[in-house]
Amino acid sequence: MAYLSISGLRKTYGSPRGPVTALRGIDLEVNEGEFVSILGPSGCGKSTLLKCIAGLEGTSAGTIRVDGQVLAAPPKDMGIVFQRDVLLDWRTILDNVLITAEFAGLKGPAVRERALALLGRFGLGGFESRHPWELSGGMRQRAAICRALLCDPKLLLMDEPFGALDAMTRDDLNLELARIWQDTRKTVVFVTHGITEAIFLSDRVVIMDRNPGRIVEVIDIDLPRPRHLAMRESPEFGRYVARVRHLFASLGVLKDDAP
Amino acid sequence: MSGSGNSATQNSATETLDPPMPQRLPTSLVEVGMVVGLLIAVLVLWEAAVYVFKPAPIILPAPSVIWQEFLLSPGYFLQMSAFTLYTTLAGFGLAVVLGLALAVGIVHSKFIERTVYTLLVALNSVPKVALAPLFVIWMGTGVEPKIAIALMLALFSVVIDAVLGLRSVDPDMVNLARASRASSFAILRKIRFPNALPSIFAGLKVAISFALVGAIVGEFVAGSEGLGFAILTAQGQFDTPRVFVCLMLLGLLGTALFFVVEACERLLLPWHVSQRGGGGSGH
Repeated sequence: MAYLSISGLRKTYGSPRGPVTALRGIDLEVNEGEFVSILGPSGCGKSTLLKCIAGLEGTSAGTIRVDGQVLAAPPKDMGIVFQRDVLLDWRTILDNVLITAEFAGLKGPAVRERALALLGRFGLGGFESRHPWELSGGMRQRAAICRALLCDPKLLLMDEPFGALDAMTRDDLNLELARIWQDTRKTVVFVTHGITEAIFLSDRVVIMDRNPGRIVEVIDIDLPRPRHLAMRESPEFGRYVARVRHLFASLGVLKDDAP
Repeated sequence: MSGSGNSATQNSATETLDPPMPQRLPTSLVEVGMVVGLLIAVLVLWEAAVYVFKPAPIILPAPSVIWQEFLLSPGYFLQMSAFTLYTTLAGFGLAVVLGLALAVGIVHSKFIERTVYTLLVALNSVPKVALAPLFVIWMGTGVEPKIAIALMLALFSVVIDAVLGLRSVDPDMVNLARASRASSFAILRKIRFPNALPSIFAGLKVAISFALVGAIVGEFVAGSEGLGFAILTAQGQFDTPRVFVCLMLLGLLGTALFFVVEACERLLLPWHVSQRGGGGSGH
């Protein structure tokens, strides 16, 4: 059975001009250890969908099950990374990473060791006693990922985590995330509007369209793992990119300038 | 109060401009030197003006006369100052405790917001000084009504800024905590409250000055101790030098209290943007 299963999910907001449907008829199953990207234009409700999965937003209809349990509150064993790192300025990098453990009531040298090991792994060794404002955007987001991974969650939700970073840092973090996933095989739901990024990281890419937010297609990415950045120049990779682009063009999201 | 505000902005401006750390201490020493120099210049000018224009001593005594007046009975003046200081700090302390508790309640409950907050705003639009005689009727002429007036004057700015600070938290910070299944008390303690501290301190700096005003008003209305009382009795005897001694002590007290609050802020919020030296390179 799927680790995460969503069926018939609908989400409507009240607005002064009547109800607005943000998501409609969302059915999606994500297996344990699978890396699934949700790809779509802005306003398609992909972030809303992720917040629903995280239990941070209520739903209007349909059910979300995580590990067999119908979702009512944020599930156990979940880590989350937002587009902005939301590190707390008054805490050091180490204490920022440790906050998820504090919320879970975990303390002691073992958790601390684990946090330090994670920071080391993400290239932040030696920066643990610095404050967030002393670090670059990429380093801050690495710390945010460490924070999400600290309690070893089974489910990792990422909401455009690299969207605010420059292209080089983004490549770097894509590679690191792919490596971490390769080692830990967490179930990952990764929201993005980057086509290359989605294909590079995922087992499956869920394509969404807007008005109302809905799933239009799910594409299996059958590329060998572990993946390397150079694979993005391969013809197979190119075919996936072309397919997604074509799909978005047919939806009217991307304008094709070819004659 | 406005003078203190000015020096605060000057401080933060020079701090952001100073690049290396070791230069900061001499710069602040120079700043202190400038302030002291300015004060001495004003006193000298004042002394000279009194010497040249010879106004009636009852209108404007020379600084040297004021100083001699202080030296005549330093014990009396210090005792009066101590009483005012005690009243101010007690009122301020109670305002901080009560104000923060109210702010937490207002942020967490729509009901408290609609009732207490609205009442507080309504109460604040009444000139609170006008309520002082009522407090004397209720609490007598001891220290209690003075503390109560200081508390009332200080409370509003504590509550307003604390509510603002507690509210202006990044929703994603709260989402992050909720996703980690944090209790709302843990969110308050670990996220909302530290996040609100800079704003709370902005309120405290205003509140400490208001508490002093409240203490003096209380002493004006009724009582037998404090700088406000000393001013009132000196006025009754047309003892202008004595009034000036009290005024100067009040100025010193107010300034000292403001900088104590600011020092606490520096100590508690080394992470805040306004406190960072030149070393930080956030973005």
